[in-house]
Amino acid sequence: MAYSRKVIKKFQDTLNNPVAHNVGRLDPNAKNVGTGMVGAPACGDVMRLQIEVDDDNIITDCKFKTYGCGSAIASSLQMIEMLKGKTLEEAKGIKDREIADLLELPPIKIHCSVLAEDSIKRAIADYESKKT
Amino acid sequence: MKDLKYFDYASTTPVDPRVADKMYECLKLDGNFGNPASRSHEFGWKAEEAVERARMQVASLVNADTREIVWTSGATESDNLAIKGAARFYKDRGNHIITSKIEHKAVLDPCRQLEREGFEVTYLDPNEDGVITLEMLKKHIKDETILVSLMHINNELGSVTDIEEIGNFTRENNIIFHVDAAQSTGKVNIDLSNLNVDLMSFSGHKTYGPKGVGALYVRRKPRVRLEALIHGGGHERGFRSGTLATHQIVGMGEAFKIAQDEMEKDNKLIKKLSDIFYKEISEIEEIFLNGNEKNKVPNITNVSFAYIEGESLIMALQDVAVSSGSACTSASLEPSYVLRALGRPDELAHSSIRFSFGRFTTEEEVRSVAETTKKVVAQLRELSPLWDMFKDGVDLEKVEWIPH
Repeated sequence: MAYSRKVIKKFQDTLNNPVAHNVGRLDPNAKNVGTGMVGAPACGDVMRLQIEVDDDNIITDCKFKTYGCGSAIASSLQMIEMLKGKTLEEAKGIKDREIADLLELPPIKIHCSVLAEDSIKRAIADYESKKT
Repeated sequence: MKDLKYFDYASTTPVDPRVADKMYECLKLDGNFGNPASRSHEFGWKAEEAVERARMQVASLVNADTREIVWTSGATESDNLAIKGAARFYKDRGNHIITSKIEHKAVLDPCRQLEREGFEVTYLDPNEDGVITLEMLKKHIKDETILVSLMHINNELGSVTDIEEIGNFTRENNIIFHVDAAQSTGKVNIDLSNLNVDLMSFSGHKTYGPKGVGALYVRRKPRVRLEALIHGGGHERGFRSGTLATHQIVGMGEAFKIAQDEMEKDNKLIKKLSDIFYKEISEIEEIFLNGNEKNKVPNITNVSFAYIEGESLIMALQDVAVSSGSACTSASLEPSYVLRALGRPDELAHSSIRFSFGRFTTEEEVRSVAETTKKVVAQLRELSPLWDMFKDGVDLEKVEWIPH
């Protein structure tokens, strides 16, 4: 698979320094944490995103873990970089297309960015369900 | 390419330098460039002599008669000629063909083509080791069965099918038996004078010869007949027309001669390296050998690393050239059909890596790649939510996944 330099760099950075690149997990039961996990092992990718949100609805921290190909891992990191400091409303506006364009994903890998958008939506929905 | 370690010998091998030298002698004006079919001058005679020497070298490795070797462009063409050629020639005897689900596409696709032509094809399921047994075959034999096509050594797993036992049965039942032996030459002994195999495909480039050349063994006693696929001059006794590529053929001949002379030495080295490699990587938790240790060639080691995906592992192993059964490394986004046919869950196919060793692999390389593999598997598991869940004791079978 011919990837862009951006994908390769993001993948290598994550691999070599996971802590600095938000790999990890937050307490899924905490009231201010939302968890979104999408994908399936049989399909070859599973992405888990967790966001920590403050009282002003700003995303103050996020962690991820991803099982999948190089572009799924790079898409996760791209997503994390886009999420940091955003409000929930802004985060809801992140589109898979943006992630794919930023990483120059080959067409056959677009589903990786779709997975990222999906995990954002689910993490936010999980957080919001705890508030109500 | 200097620091890149080549662990993909089952995909192709580099040409042995001794082979390259012989090939080079057959190209230029001052070399053996003639057309082997030219009967009127010395250039042709010399080229023919070289082609016939190579034919003898190939025949000798598998203990066949030189008249039983037909040059082709590679094992894919040999498979096509054997399967379509035999089925079409013997179609009056019956229309049923048996093959297996773990064959190479060079066998499966010609079988699909024959289905479109009205033949009926049975695709056998292998056992969990990737082997087809005589018992499996017997269950599907019919009066109309004219051809059985099975591979000797599986290219993804290295598993070995017992072609002797199956050949005895097909011979008794007057069924043509074709064997794809692209992965076998130089790895295991093949004695066609004692095997009841009717057609056997060979490849040049899997055994340190050049790409673009192969051969098909066509048995003389009892005689096997084929309908040719390529017409135009009646070369190769009508089985395969087209000017013979002297340099390619000479290369394949020399490569097979070296294989015959050095098989024991090569295999001893490769077995040693394979044992070192597997012992090293066995220290990794939750890995699974695809295929059975007791019934496979040592040059192929196919391993699934649970909870990580094969393509990301290949990317992480950046200085190592290997293959994966992962969907992400295939154009179709489907995981390896061979691993799926073993009945393994899809996630283990996604996690599989094939390491294959060869004549030029060194112990230093093997140890270094084993070390790197251990390191990057740990790194990727650190990134894997599945590894987290496994370590927390979550049963992944019971999780409600959200496939997309």
